[in-house]
This record gives sequence, C-alpha cells and structure tokens, in this order.
Amino acid sequence: MSTHSVSIAPDKETRRDLTIVQALREAIREEMHRDESIFVIGEDIRIGGSFLFTLGLLDEFGPDRVINTPISEAGFVGLAIGAAIQGMRPVVDFQYGDFLFTAYDQIVQQCTKLRYMSGGQVKIPLVIQMPTGASGRGAQHANAMEGFFFHVPGLKIVTPATPYDAKGLFKAALQDDNPVLFCVHKHLYGSKGRPLERSSLSRGYVPEGDYVIPLGVADIKRPGTDVTVVANSLMLHRALNAAEDLAKQGISVEVIDPRCLVPMDMNTIIESVQKTSRLVIVEETNERGGWGAQVAADVAGRAIGYLDAPIRRVATPDVPIPFSPVLETAVIPSEERIRAAVLELMRT
Amino acid sequence: MKIIKPNPPQLKDLTGYDGALLVEIYRRMYLIRHFEQRVNELFLKGIMPGTIHLSLGQEATTVGACLALQPNDVITLTHRGHGQALAKGVKAYALMAELFGKVTGCCKGKGGSLHVGDMSVGALPAIAIVGASSPIAAGIAFAFKYYQTGQIALNFFGEGTANKGDWHEALNLAAIWKLPVVFLCENNLYGVSTHITDVMAIDYVAERAAAYGMPGVTIYGNDPILVYDTVQEAAAHARRGNGPTLVECLTYRRGGHKRDDPATYRPTEEVEIWMKTDPIPAFRARLEADTRVGEAQLALVEESVMQELEEAVAFALNSAEPPAEMALEHVYA
Repeated sequence: MSTHSVSIAPDKETRRDLTIVQALREAIREEMHRDESIFVIGEDIRIGGSFLFTLGLLDEFGPDRVINTPISEAGFVGLAIGAAIQGMRPVVDFQYGDFLFTAYDQIVQQCTKLRYMSGGQVKIPLVIQMPTGASGRGAQHANAMEGFFFHVPGLKIVTPATPYDAKGLFKAALQDDNPVLFCVHKHLYGSKGRPLERSSLSRGYVPEGDYVIPLGVADIKRPGTDVTVVANSLMLHRALNAAEDLAKQGISVEVIDPRCLVPMDMNTIIESVQKTSRLVIVEETNERGGWGAQVAADVAGRAIGYLDAPIRRVATPDVPIPFSPVLETAVIPSEERIRAAVLELMRT
Repeated sequence: MKIIKPNPPQLKDLTGYDGALLVEIYRRMYLIRHFEQRVNELFLKGIMPGTIHLSLGQEATTVGACLALQPNDVITLTHRGHGQALAKGVKAYALMAELFGKVTGCCKGKGGSLHVGDMSVGALPAIAIVGASSPIAAGIAFAFKYYQTGQIALNFFGEGTANKGDWHEALNLAAIWKLPVVFLCENNLYGVSTHITDVMAIDYVAERAAAYGMPGVTIYGNDPILVYDTVQEAAAHARRGNGPTLVECLTYRRGGHKRDDPATYRPTEEVEIWMKTDPIPAFRARLEADTRVGEAQLALVEESVMQELEEAVAFALNSAEPPAEMALEHVYA
C-alpha cells in the first residue's frame, strides 16, 4: 500500500504551495483546536523556537498551552512524560535534535519503558518535534538523530521529506498513543532566514483542512524500473535529483521514501526490489549500524533471490560532522555519490 | 565522618488524632516491615528471583507521607519501593506476586521489585533510575494543574538523588510554574555505601529548597505523625496553588543497600544511635500510652497482617508464570 503525494496536486491556479514549517504549523494549530489535551513545551517557543515551528501559537493558544521553558531538556521531557501519563498529549519542541542527548535517559529509559514495565498500565502519547541533520554548524549541532534512536524499542520515528507528508504525518503522530520522534531536516523546514534544499518537492502542495497519513506507509516518490533507491528526509531530495539526471542517461530509478523509520514499510521496498532487482539505500546517518543496514538485512533475508547486484549503501562515514563547508559536503551523501552508486549497480 | 543525628523533637500527644487513622498508620508500618522480612527470607532461600532493596526502618516516612494524601493523589516510587507501594495501598498479594514475576503481579510480572506500582491506587510503577522520577512527578502535577483536578503528586527520592541533574531541573520547573507536587526526600544518610557528608557540602538536602524559591523543611522521619502532619501541610500548600515543597525526612536503613550488602561502611556510633529509633515499637508504645487503642486491638491488627502475608505468599507461589508471548506485549499502545 502506498499513497502518491505528488499526483494529488490540483491545477496550478488553485494549488497552494507551502514549506514544511508552514505545513507543520497548520497541522498543530488544527489539532490544538480539535484536542484540548495537546500542549506545546520547549525552549524559546514564544518566539517560534529555532525553526519557527511554534510561531504564533502563544498568541493563539495562550501560556497555559504554549510553555516556554528554562534550558532543561531532561526536565521538560520528563515533565511531558508525566503529563502524558495523566492523559495529556504533549508536543515537545527541540531547538536542535542534538540536544536530545541531554534527555536521553528520560526518552530511552522512561518514556519507552514505563508502559512495558508496568504491564500496560500507562500510555505515553508524546511527540518530540526535532530538527535533525547537518547544516553548517559543526559536530554538535549536526547529528542525524533518527539513527541514534532507531535501535530503541517503544519509539516511533518519522522523517518527513515534503510539506504534504509533513502535515499528514504530524497529525498521525499527534493522534498516536505512543512516543513519536518527529525528525525534520534542518535544510527542509524552509523557515524564514534558513536555507531550503533545492528540489522540486521541498516546497509543495498542501491541502487546507484535515488529512492524516498513517505512520508506517512508504511512498513511491518516483516510479522506475531499473534500480530502487530508498532515501528519506534530505536524502530523498538528493535521490530525486540524481534520478532525474540518470533518466537522461536512460536509467529508470524508482525512488521510495520510507517516511517512517519505525515502523518501516518493508513490503513496499521488497515489492520494488522484486521489480528492479537492484537496491541503493541512502541515509544521512553514520554508516555503522545505520537504519539502512537493517533495510539491507531485511531485503537480503526476504528477497535475495531477486537481486542481480549487491546492495549498495550511501551514508555518512563514521566520523563526527566537520564544520568546514567543504568537509561537510564531502561526508554528507550527495547527488553525485548517489548517481555513482546507481551507475555502479547498473554495470553489474 | 560526621555523625548525623536523628534529633527527634518532643513527641506530640496523639489524643487529638482520629483513632482509625492511628491504627491504620500502625497497620501499614507493620505490614511493610513484615512483608519485607518475609521477602528477605524467601530471597535468601533462593525461592524469589531477581534482586531486592529493602526499606526496613523507613516505614514511618513512607506511611506518614502516603496517608497524608488523598487516595487519588499520585506518588512516584524509587528502587526501594516496596514500602512506598504498600503505604499507598498496593495490595500485598499483587506486590508479592510481582516480586515473583508472576502474571498476577501488579505489573503482570514485567516490572519486578525495581518497578512495583499500581495506577489504580495512585502509585506509578517505580522508576529505578535515580533522579528520573522527579521531572515525571512534576509532569503529573502539571496535568493536575492544567485540568484543575485538585490532586497533587508526591515524588519519593533518596538524599543521593539531590545531586542529580534531573532532580534539580524538576525542582526548578515545579517552582517556576507552581506545580502541585511534594518532593519527599527519604534521607537514610547513604547512597549505597556513600555517606551524605561525602557528597554534599551542606548539612541537609532541604537547604537546597531556598535555591529554587520553594519552602523546605528537614524533619525526623521515624515519627509517622510528624511526617503525616508535615506532608499534609505541604499538600494543602500545593492544593491552594502555592506550588511545591521539599520535605526531607531523616531516617535510616536497618540493613544494607541490597540483599548482599552487610553495610560495614557505617560507623558503629551512628548505627547504635539510629538502631534505637525503630519507628514501629516506638509508635506502638505511644499508641498504648496516649490512646484507647490497647494491646488487644494491636495484637489483632498484627495477627491479621500476618494472615494477609501468609495468603499473599501462597497466592504468589500458586500463581501462573506469564505466557511467553507476553514478552512481546506492551511495547506499543
């Protein structure tokens, strides 16, 4: 099962294009009007937070539901867990996802385990909205955070790449009864004053009003027949650009956006590999133990007989992210590296 | 090493207190003491799995604090949580079954000694990472305030917790937002083997309350009435919308940190002073001296507790193990 977000856009005259941050703001406003148990908490959110996700919420919903915090990540994540246990639906806004490490125990040991350890006595519906990935700020503001949490049972991990997906997935996350990490790449928000990735989909059509994209459903962003490329978040845009380029050379690339890393829609990926017989996985996480390794293992386990070539992974090497723009560009997967991986598979 | 003394104040006359409350205080302390002694025996015999952290000697603090709350108030528990759970009203048989990892346990056998609790009596299954429960308790209080339910949260922790970052963050958040929560420190002087004077440059944890702008008080924690009165006042303060209070109760572990710890790191003088402060015989003597609750009634209470414990052990031993597929349940809601 998959939904094709690109194909539902109406005519040029009537369509409304938004960035991801605009789509997310619309989603949370609609949900906060619908559900009084939702509140937002985080640092500097009265002025919109780092990426302006919460811009305007204080005026609209007041200080009881839009809570500006001290610099106390463990404290306010723990507080959100407690509030969720008592029936609220907190949205924790992180300035940078990288700061989640200071709340690691609260997320990994408390948030994901209290339900399990208590034999199902509590549920913790909680969304953490977090900027992820490298954006020219050096090693401590550049982690692809989704990778660090991929191993943890009890979390769901969403990595939207387009404004349409962001709104629908954010609504699904807010309505889910489990903790959800909602990871948006720093180059994809499109916040004022921030660079936006150059791509045909980084701005796009977002319907007004309610729609929900279920968690755990991948989307074929570009159909193709020769090679399957699985790529999420920022990497999806680079994969699409690479695919467009490769089409000029007569290579038909199918680009799949998993949209959620947990739960992962393996069926859509397997079906594609059965058709193309070649697989490239692109992720911004460090290569060792990245989510792409799990996808590769699952494809090998379930569909190795369909493969005509080895599985190729394009990931960030196992280094911290350097500051120098030249060095950062060298380690983060690029269109060029994705093209090269596809071409290599086509030669085998 | 500096000896921290109990310094009990002049004991209050019990005549002004409700007789049923006084008997219930005694019953719960007696239940906790004998529950834990029973657990210790079962453990040493090798019948009970896992590990255990006993709270022998700290019963007055947990019972005084929990009985000062309303039934629908919520507590968070520590790794040393059997007493806190029983004090809040978790049933002895469900707690015993949990320690055996049985499916009839209060957490279906998936929590064990370190994670006991029952939300139906307002006891959030225990958080066994030191400090982590304090922000969560503040969050429970946040929801109570948001929905204006009039309930409060009470966060149990030990004195060692007062050096953890999560704890500091939680006290600050609770103070700035005036959350209805009581931070209840069971100061038993030791974090495992490490004495409080080795890890704090001040004498008492409650001194830190001033740094957050909340009231703080240090009391003798082996008098359940003193604890009861103090926590009631802190709870009323919270319910009136005035925010949190830090209540520090001085008490003492009558044994080691856990089952295999002989606690030889404690100075003899300190042990001698504190071993004389056993709250249970002391409170029993006060009841007999101050009230109409006589020896006969207390003997009946004790007998019924022992009967309850016999039944709890039998229930736990006769209960089924959890089915293997339960290991995969309760990960997601």
